[in-house]
Amino acid sequence: MADMRLEKQPMPQLAPEIRNKNFEEVALGYTEEQAVAEANRCLQCKHQPCVGGCPVQIDIPAFIQKVQQRDFEGAYQIISAQSALPAVCGRVCPQETQCEGKCVRGIKGEPVAIGRLERFVADWHMANVKEPPVKPESNGKKIAIIGSGPAGLTCAGDLARKGYEVTVFEALHVAGGVLVYGIPEFRLPKAIVAKEIEGLKAMGVKVETNMVIGRVLSVDDLFAMGFEGIFIGSGAGLPRFMGIPGENLKGVFSANEYLTRVNLMKAYLPDSETPIQRGKKVAVVGGGNVAMDAARCAKRLGAEEVYIVYRRSMEEIPARAEEIHHAIEEGIIFKTLTNPTEILGDEHQNVVGMTCLEMELGAPDESGRRRPMVKEGSEHRLDTDVVIMAIGTSPNPLIRSTTPGLETNKWGCIVTEEESGKTSREGVYAGGDAVTGAATVILAMGAGKQAAKAIDEYLK
Amino acid sequence: MFEIVKKEALNPTVSRMVIKAPLVAQKAQAGQFIILRVDERGERIPLTIAGYDREAGTVTIIYQIVGATTMRLDRLQEGDCLHDFVGPLGKPTETEGLKRVAVVGGGVGCAIALPVAQALAAKGTIVDTVAGFRNKDLVILEEEFRAASKEYRLMTDDGSAGEKGLVTEALKDLLEKNTYDEVIAIGPLVMMKFVSLLTKEYNVKTVVSMNPVMIDGTGMCGGCRISVGGETKFACVDGPEFDGHLVDFDLAMERGRTYHAYEQERCNLFKKEVQE
Ligand SMILES: Cc1cc2nc3c(=O)[nH]c(=O)nc-3n(C[C@H](O)[C@H](O)[C@H](O)COP(=O)(O)OP(=O)(O)OC[C@H]3O[C@@H](n4cnc5c(N)ncnc54)[C@H](O)[C@@H]3O)c2cc1C
Ligand code: FES
Repeated sequence: MADMRLEKQPMPQLAPEIRNKNFEEVALGYTEEQAVAEANRCLQCKHQPCVGGCPVQIDIPAFIQKVQQRDFEGAYQIISAQSALPAVCGRVCPQETQCEGKCVRGIKGEPVAIGRLERFVADWHMANVKEPPVKPESNGKKIAIIGSGPAGLTCAGDLARKGYEVTVFEALHVAGGVLVYGIPEFRLPKAIVAKEIEGLKAMGVKVETNMVIGRVLSVDDLFAMGFEGIFIGSGAGLPRFMGIPGENLKGVFSANEYLTRVNLMKAYLPDSETPIQRGKKVAVVGGGNVAMDAARCAKRLGAEEVYIVYRRSMEEIPARAEEIHHAIEEGIIFKTLTNPTEILGDEHQNVVGMTCLEMELGAPDESGRRRPMVKEGSEHRLDTDVVIMAIGTSPNPLIRSTTPGLETNKWGCIVTEEESGKTSREGVYAGGDAVTGAATVILAMGAGKQAAKAIDEYLK
Repeated sequence: MFEIVKKEALNPTVSRMVIKAPLVAQKAQAGQFIILRVDERGERIPLTIAGYDREAGTVTIIYQIVGATTMRLDRLQEGDCLHDFVGPLGKPTETEGLKRVAVVGGGVGCAIALPVAQALAAKGTIVDTVAGFRNKDLVILEEEFRAASKEYRLMTDDGSAGEKGLVTEALKDLLEKNTYDEVIAIGPLVMMKFVSLLTKEYNVKTVVSMNPVMIDGTGMCGGCRISVGGETKFACVDGPEFDGHLVDFDLAMERGRTYHAYEQERCNLFKKEVQE
């Protein structure tokens, strides 16, 4: 009989007023007892609505049953049959719109904490199971993976397991994609990402950093070097700006720049050589995960006031529920229904404020969300010395402009066949944000998996 | 890891390094740049490619010791390795179809201007060079420039070598007596600004090489953005070379000072570290 408590087992976490001054992981993870208790809330529904909500169809009731039975390694095996990065996904998936959004327990009370259980199982495995990964026998076929984000890493792992000789080419000096340069340490410790990559290397995957494909080597060069299949998982790393006056002032950053300085270059550590501008009043424009991460980093770097400036309301805000909740706890101020129209500077081009308009919501637009409209006479000034633009990114043009015959759409996304990730170029596959535009870790991972399968079939 | 095969001081504050980086050397072209990190905790800094040898698999960089990172870089010796070295980045200089070009280099900018002058000369373009330095101790690459140029004008602020005066004075002279398809100016922002103002009067197309603060060098952060003709451009992918008549130099100079205080602090820290 299931435990009928209405609420999830609470997640142990660092207190907000302590954690908003450091970069340690906020959520501490369940103990075994908490995990088993939470697993016992699962009804083991026959029709498994949660599985339908999972982009990679993890057999969720089955893994939860193993947790109920305290067979944590068994649970891990079930998850890892579908997911290459469970320790990551358990931490960053938007569960409330996926598996947990479909959970029957959520109709009355809170859904089963599937994400937290996934994280528990993955962390338990990392801490307790030390079997060295087996290096499969090579089939002699070389595969090149461009980009080391979740899409590229997943594709690399699956192909390596099948015996392919896989090389991952990464533009930056560290592998991991958004997982290392974007998502902050306090949400996803970099040691976890590093461990996943070590695991791949142990299986024989080569990781070549400092390799900007399209500059140092082209896709055609890779074929000429003997790679028989290529997967492009180069993400959507090109930051967008609003196009309003004042965006080039000193103190205006793209979220990518701000987060890269903090996370990849470790600007928050005293011995880092990379500088970061520590504002007193920081305004972050946008309402997604990226905006929450930037705001929470700014707070941790000592800002007195940090605002999220978002043009719709709390109802439409796209970030993960947990991140919004954590941001509010940490003292981030939400200025919703607010849209900047100009950034103001002093005589030395330093940001001193922002002109904003208040918005109200009209009829739904093509995305189904209610369209924000300007409220008459609502112009006002917001004082700020740092502005961070977190209004979205698109795929970088470098690969498409140097790969003849690679079809892209009007947003610059690579066009692929839905199931296989096959592009318009023979032997070239693609997936993740490079194909969909900025999306999620789990979707990128799923695309990497499907492409690995398709590449294997193509080369068999 | 990228080995330093050769290192030499060109003047008291400018050094040249030849780095083993075969893949970069394979693709490098004049006008492009690399990004390097000295060590594991180092920052990423862009440096323009000052030469390359495809056969030997080496790339030459020339740097001025200005901040903590270049100080750290300069501590390394032949046989030591750089932690990271990525490139070639940015667009190469356009060298096609030019009959006569004036190349203007200021200070360490001459290091970047030289491969451009050489590439042009190799294509049969007539190159005249104006090179400017503060004084005679800082003069670099004179022989190399003379070899690539029809006329070489050396200018120093104090007249201790060549002529006394600013590069714009010699350039004005050249613009009066010759017809140029293009002027290429590489050096401090103020110099490029005044060269561009001058050439505008003569209506001669002018290319300048911008080197703003960068992180990735691939278009990912937007930290390198500059304003060109009222439009925002990313110097690392849209440049580094731009039309000097359209660049907003005043904004670029202010943006360049963003981390000034931090740089000072790191330099002092580094000097202390070295003394200990
Ligand atoms: C700050 C932030 C927070 C986020 N939070 C969440 C979250 O909580 N939950 C969630 O599900 N998703 C989140 N996302 C989105 C998620 O991270 C991405 O959807 C996912 O990482 C996409 O994976 P990918 O493999 O397609 O690309 P990426 O992770 O972007 O990796 C692409 C890699 O390719 C490299 N590359 C690019 N061009 C080249 C080239 N020419 N040559 C070689 N290498 C190249 C890049 O350097 C990068 O390392 C967040 C994103 C950001 C930026
Ligand atoms: S250096 Fe980051 S976009 Fe140019």
